[in-house]
Amino acid sequence: MSTILAFAEARDGELRNVSFETIAAAKQINEDAQVVGVVLSDQKTEALADEMIHHGADRALVVEHADLKEYTSDAYTQAAMAVINEENPAGIVMGHTSAGKDLSPRLASKLDSGLVSDITGIEGSGDDTEFVRPIYSGKAFEKKKLTDGVTFVTVRPNNIAPLEKDTSRSGEVSSLDVDIKDLRTVIQEVIRKASEGVDLSEANIIVAGGRGVKSEEGFEPLYELADELGAAVGASRGACDAGYCDYSLQIGQTGKVVTPDLYIAVGISGAIQHLAGMSNSKVIVAINKDAEANIFNVADYGIVGDLFDVIPKLTEEIKALKV
Amino acid sequence: MNIYVLMKKTFDTEEKIQVSGGAIEQDGAEFIINPYDEYAIEEAINIRDEHGGEVTVVTVGDEDSEQQLRTALAMGADKATLINIEDDVEDGDQYTTSTILATYLKDQEVDLILAGNVAIDQASGQVGPRVADQLDIPYVTTITGITIDGEQVNIEKDVEGDVEKVQTSLPLLVTCQQGLNEPRYPSLPGIMKAKKKPLEELELDDLDLDEDDVEAKTETTDVFLPPEKEAGKVLEGEIDDQVKELVSLLRTEAKVL
Repeated sequence: MSTILAFAEARDGELRNVSFETIAAAKQINEDAQVVGVVLSDQKTEALADEMIHHGADRALVVEHADLKEYTSDAYTQAAMAVINEENPAGIVMGHTSAGKDLSPRLASKLDSGLVSDITGIEGSGDDTEFVRPIYSGKAFEKKKLTDGVTFVTVRPNNIAPLEKDTSRSGEVSSLDVDIKDLRTVIQEVIRKASEGVDLSEANIIVAGGRGVKSEEGFEPLYELADELGAAVGASRGACDAGYCDYSLQIGQTGKVVTPDLYIAVGISGAIQHLAGMSNSKVIVAINKDAEANIFNVADYGIVGDLFDVIPKLTEEIKALKV
Repeated sequence: MNIYVLMKKTFDTEEKIQVSGGAIEQDGAEFIINPYDEYAIEEAINIRDEHGGEVTVVTVGDEDSEQQLRTALAMGADKATLINIEDDVEDGDQYTTSTILATYLKDQEVDLILAGNVAIDQASGQVGPRVADQLDIPYVTTITGITIDGEQVNIEKDVEGDVEKVQTSLPLLVTCQQGLNEPRYPSLPGIMKAKKKPLEELELDDLDLDEDDVEAKTETTDVFLPPEKEAGKVLEGEIDDQVKELVSLLRTEAKVL
C-alpha cells in the first residue's frame, strides 16, 4: 500500500488548521493510500500526532528535537529527510505557508522530484491526479500533473476542507530520532508583530482598508470591526505605500493572495493588482464613497457611503447579533 | 564581493490575462522585471556600493529578455548573462530553470545570490531554494533586511508578518520580500551606460547541458480563466438601513456570518 505524508505545522505548540487540510488533500490524491501525519516540533509531539489522527491520518510519525522549536531550513530539512527516507512515500503534502514555501523546494531538489506549489484544488486521483493552482495572482488558473518523482504538493490554506474531527479515531504513533547538526542559519530573535490578530492567509473573514482610510488612525474602526467578526485586517498597496500600515498586510499581486469566505473592502478603489489578490474570495462587500469605484464590479454587496460613518454602524450591528 | 541576481521577466501587473489554446496569450503583452526581483537588484547594487565587487544579473529566458537585463544594467548592475533556452526547451518548469541556473553558477565565484521570493506569474517560489540546494549553500527566504560584516551576515526575515533576526554566513542565497528597499528607476545616464555594459548570451550547449538534463518534472495540462464575477447588489436608502440590510443579507443570503 502506498504511503502519503501529510506534514503538520505547529506554532507555539498548537497545530495550524492547514495541517488538517494536508490530510484531506492526501486522502483526495489517493483514498486507498495510508496517510501518515508527520509532526516536527520541539514539544508535545505525541498530543499533536493524536490530533492529526483525529483529523483523518491513519497513523503518525513524530520527530521531537530542541532544534525544531523555530523553523529553520537546515534543521527541518534534516528532520523531514529522515522521515522521508524512513517512509519512502509516494506522495508528500505540506501547507503553502512561510515554512512550507521555504522547505518544500529544497526537499524536492534533494528528492530530484517535481513539486506543484500552492494548489487550491485536486481533480482525479492516483496517477492521473491533476492539481489546480492560481497563476498571475489569481487572474488565471492552471492544472498541473507531476511527471517525475514523488507526488509532491503544497496546499494553499483555506481551500481544501479538512475532514471532520473524530476523537474516537486511533492510530499508531511512532517516533524517530534524528541527529540534527551543522546548522548554517541561526535565529537570534523573533519579533512578534502579527500574533495579535488573525493570520491573513488563514482568515475566514478579512476587513481590508485602502487609501480611503486616509491615515494610520483611520484603520482603528477597521480593527474594531475585525475584532467583532474574528477577522484579520488587510490593506491595499495604496494604504501600505502611504504608510497607514505595514507591508505584511498588503493584499494584491505584490503582497498576499487571499480567498476568505467574506472580504470587506473598505475605501479600496479596486485596482487590477488588488483585485488579483482577493477577487476569488467567496463573498465580497465593498464600502466606498465613490459609486464609480471599480471594486463595485466584483462586489456581491456594496454600500456607497463614508466609511467612517458606515464601519462603526456595521460594528454595532455585528455586536447586536451576539446579544 | 561577487554578487549574482536571479531575474525573471513577467507580465506587467496592469495586463489583463487572456487564454487561447490552453495557454496564456503572450502576444502584445508588456513585460517588466518581476517586481520582487527589483528588490533583489536594488539590494545587490547597495551591497556592492558599500562593500565593493560586482553585480551580475542572470536570467533564463528568450531573446526578448535582453530588454529587462538592460533595465537592470541601467539601474546599476555591472554585467548581465542571458541564458537563452528558446530553441532548446519547450515546456520547462522550476526544476528546469533551477538546474540551468545552478549549472551556470557552479562555474562562477559566488559570494552572494539574491532573487525575488516569488515571481508574480507562476508564483511557485521554488527556484531560489532549489538553486541553493544544488549549490549546497545556505539560503534565507523573504528577507526584509540584510547587513554583511566580513563573512558574517545578519538578516531580517518576514515570517507571515513577524520578523525573525537570522545570523548566517557567506556564501549565501537570499530571496527578497517587499519592504527590503525602494527600487530605483533607471536614470538617463544609467540607460546610456547600460548600452555599453557587457551582456553575455549562453545556450544550454555552453553549459554542457542537454534538453534531457533539464526536462520538466511537472506538466501543465490546462490553463483557464476564473468565472467572471458579476457585479452584485449596491444597497440603497439611509446608511443605517443599508447597514442593517447588509448584515441580514450576509446572514441569510450569503450565509457567511
